Parts: sequence; C-alpha cells; structure tokens
Amino acid sequence: MSLIIGAITIGLILALLSLGVFISFRIFNFADLTAEGSVTLGASIAASMIVAGYPPLLATLIALAGGFMAGSLTGIIHTKFKINGLLSGILVMTALYSVNLHVMGKSNIPFMSETTLFTYFENLATVFSGTSESVGLFGSTIPLKDIFVLACTLIIVTILGGLLYLFLKSNFGTAMRATGNNQQMVRAQGVNTNTMMIVGLGLSNALIALSGALLAQYQGFADVQMGIGMLVLGLASVIIGEVLIGEKTLGYLITGAILGSVIFRLLVAVALRLGMPPNDLKLITALFVFIALILPRLLKKKRGAEKP
Amino acid sequence: MIDILNLSKTFHPGTINEVNALCDITFRVEEGSFVVLVGTNGSGKSSLLNAIAGNFIADHGKIILDGIDITRMAEHKRAKYIGRVFQNPFSGTAPDMSIAENIALAARRGQPGNLRWALPETLLRGFRERVKPLGMELEDRLDSPIGKLSGGQRQALTLLMASWIKPKLLLLDEHTAALDPKTAGKVIQLTEEVVRKNQMTTLMVTHSMPQAVKMGDRILMLHKGKIVNDMNGQEKQRLKIGDLMTLFDEIRKKDQIDQTVADMIDQMYV
Repeated sequence: MSLIIGAITIGLILALLSLGVFISFRIFNFADLTAEGSVTLGASIAASMIVAGYPPLLATLIALAGGFMAGSLTGIIHTKFKINGLLSGILVMTALYSVNLHVMGKSNIPFMSETTLFTYFENLATVFSGTSESVGLFGSTIPLKDIFVLACTLIIVTILGGLLYLFLKSNFGTAMRATGNNQQMVRAQGVNTNTMMIVGLGLSNALIALSGALLAQYQGFADVQMGIGMLVLGLASVIIGEVLIGEKTLGYLITGAILGSVIFRLLVAVALRLGMPPNDLKLITALFVFIALILPRLLKKKRGAEKP
Repeated sequence: MIDILNLSKTFHPGTINEVNALCDITFRVEEGSFVVLVGTNGSGKSSLLNAIAGNFIADHGKIILDGIDITRMAEHKRAKYIGRVFQNPFSGTAPDMSIAENIALAARRGQPGNLRWALPETLLRGFRERVKPLGMELEDRLDSPIGKLSGGQRQALTLLMASWIKPKLLLLDEHTAALDPKTAGKVIQLTEEVVRKNQMTTLMVTHSMPQAVKMGDRILMLHKGKIVNDMNGQEKQRLKIGDLMTLFDEIRKKDQIDQTVADMIDQMYV
C-alpha cells in the first residue's frame, strides 16, 4: 500500500510534466525536447538553492522561472531564427546539460536531510492530527505523513491544472491554442504568432521545471541525468489520458493528462513489483508511445477496409 | 483610401525560377469602392492581395492605407485594418476550435490579448444574433469544432468574421473558387450583402467572369504583374462577359505574337 501511495505521489508530481508536454505536443504540435533539460534545470536549481539555505518555496519558484526562460529561448530560436522546432529543442536541451552542471557544481546533489516543501507537508500531519503515527488503510499501515504529502501534492496539481484551464480559455489562451491550429488565420486576426509560441513554450517548460523541482525535493536528490526520457514519459501520460477519457475538449484533456501520469506511474510500480527489470523501463515506455501513436491510424485503415 | 505606389516584387531573384510577380503597380482605391481584380494565372492578382495583407514585404514601392504607411508593417499588425477571406476554406478558420472561439478571435481583431474569459454569455448572445442571418442553423452549434462544417459554411463564417469589426479594407482572394456552384452562389450573395451594408472598401480576386461582370464598381485587369486595364463607372456597368473574354483574347494574342517574333529572330540570327 505504501508503494501505491508513493507511486501516486510521484505520478502527481510528474503530472505537471505531462501538462507541460500537453502544451507543446497537443497545442503546438511538436515534440519539444527542451523538456528533458528543463526537468533537470528545475531539480538542480531547487536542490542547490535549498542546500545553500534558501527557503524551499523560493527555490521552487526560481526553478519555475528558470524553466520559463529555457522554454522561451527554444521559442525564440524556433520563431525568430526559423530553426525547426525539434532542433531548437535539442539545442536548448544540450546547452542546459552544461548549465545544470554549473548550477549544481557537480553531477548530483543529495539533500535528503534538508528541509524541503515536502517537509512542510509532512509536518502538517502533526499539526492536524497531533501525531505522526501510522494509520490503517485497506488492511495495511501507512505513515500519516505520506498521506498528507499525497494530499498536498494533489491540491497543488489540481490548482495548477485549473489555472491552466482558465488560462487556455482566456482571450490570450484562445489565441495561443489557435496558433497551434492555424497560424495564417491567427495572424489575420492580428495576433503575433511568434509571441504565442515563445510564451507558450515558456509556460510549458515552467511547468516541467516545477515538476523537476518537486521531484528532486520528494526524492531528496537531483541528478544531471534525471531528464533523460522525460519527454517520452510525458507523451505516454498525455496519450494514456486521451485514450482513457476519450473526450477531446480542453477540460477533459487536462484532466486526462494528470490522470494519465498517475496511472502510468501505478503501472510502472506494478510492473517493477512483478519483476520487470528497471533497465527495460525506458525501452518499454518508448514502445508504448510508438504503439499509441500508430494505433489510431491502423484502426482507421482497418475500419476503412471493412467498408464495402 | 488605399494607395498602391510603384509596387514591385520579384520572387526567387537571380535563380532560374525568377518571377516578376508585381511590376511597378500604381493605383488608388476610393473609400467604399468595390474593386474586382481579374487576370490569367500568374498575372499577380493574388500576389497583389498578399502584398497588401503583408504575407511578404514588397521590394519597391509603397502601400498607404487610409493615410497609414503599411508597406513594411508586420502581417499581424496590419491585420488590425484588414479583413481577409482566403481561397482555401481551411485557411481562414482554426479547425479544432469551436465556432464561438473562432468568432471570439475575430471579434477582437487587432486588440491585445488579455486573461479574461474568452466566451462570456453576453458575448455568445451577440454571436448567435449575427450568425443566425446566415441561415445555416449554426447559431445552435457554436460549441462544435469549425472543422466539422462544410467548405461553404466555413467560407460564410470566415466572411462574417472578416467583417465582424468593420475593416478599413476587405480582401477576398478567390474565396468561392473551392466551392460547388450552388454554395459559391450563396457566398457571393452574402459577400454583396456584407459589402453593401457596411460600405466596405473591398478588393476581390476572381476567376469567374460572371462574378467579375456582375459585382463591384470597378475592374482591374492584371497581366504579368502589370495593370493592363482599369474600368469603372459607366464603362464597368456596361461591361458584358463577352467584352471581358475579348479583352483576355487580345492579351493572349499579344503574348503569342511576342512568342512568334522571338522565334523568328531566333531562326534568323542564331
């Protein structure tokens, strides 16, 4: 049971990553590899600031701002210098590897014993219930603080998901969504499509860096390699969400991206428990995304063939 | 209202694909005038519209719209003054977004974005009122994605969107060419209504001779990036399809003569 609580919590933290990937992949229709750099950027900023004694909340907010800058940079390279979106992302991701090493000063920072945002969440358990004892749940005992950590993460993700929804439904957000849909039309309505891309990718990577910052604080370490495979992971979550929910409207898509991330984590936890070698995780994730991407086309072909 | 002064554009200069799309074009359109642009393929009609809309920046010359020099202005900035309907019904709308969201974008053309809710109920009521006269029963489907509509419905909506806030200039680029004759007829009727009601200064490119003769108060005929004919007033009113065809034939003949002369010189001297 404790394993499941942990999987759900990590799933919720990574849901912010899938919301970021949702913006780049589903709104702007391109796989933004900046994600792999900005997850680590968020983690390294949060880790090094917390170790240096800054308040965890400030560290987390600076991590978020760092992600925004990284994403905007990709947007600027893509729109102003007319470099292909995928390549723009790769350029920034590669550059971020060195930046992250500089931020941390070494290749990883363990900070298990430091006070993080999650320490506050754990302390809430004592504040509310007076104890930090374990409680029985579904026949197993779980430390109360784990439940509080899960609840707080859920609240944060729900609020951010809601804010993203409100933003994308605003006048600015509507123009942003239209930019990914039909740039010519949006320009004809007097909207600067370059600005939309730059701000949109900034926002996407801000969420992704926040996800990295929270993940580092939850695990108690940041590592320069932790971004590898994160984009595909985000894609997998977005796709699982879409398949599960089935509706293509914005509210459902955002909810789907969050749920998709949690479900993906649970599946991974179960698979690992059943004896899947951890080394195969990324291979299987990539295969999963591959199949999910070609499946709709295959189904359509089959349906087309069945028609007389 | 709009002054085009010595406008020139060469695409792919210095290559084998060099095209002189616009050669030193100068004309003036008065406020409220409805100008029809005709010409053979590659005559520069669409290039002229695209130059005015800002899809590309002209090599030489000036474009002055209502006293504002828009020659070098970015496309999205001049969109504040210009309404557009494209030849391709897919170009003018964002397919995955709802009818209401598309209209909401058009209703704020040229205004800076803000973080207010894009579709408040008061706005939607206004949308329904203005969509209803189209007679396409779209007023009850404002939530459905615009990509689900037919080409004709999309063009009708794009036209409505282009004129939602009265633009200083309306650009119609063969906006019925991709539609079946019946739907094209409907969109043309709507075009006349919209233009007349708002007295909009309009430039319309068309390949349809009946449209060119019937619509507008002035015809500009383009050929090889130049204006070869400019008819307005009585002359335009009296113009018949036959006359227009004759004019086209003359141009074609002139071209052929040029070609024969060139061949002759080739044979004699080379």
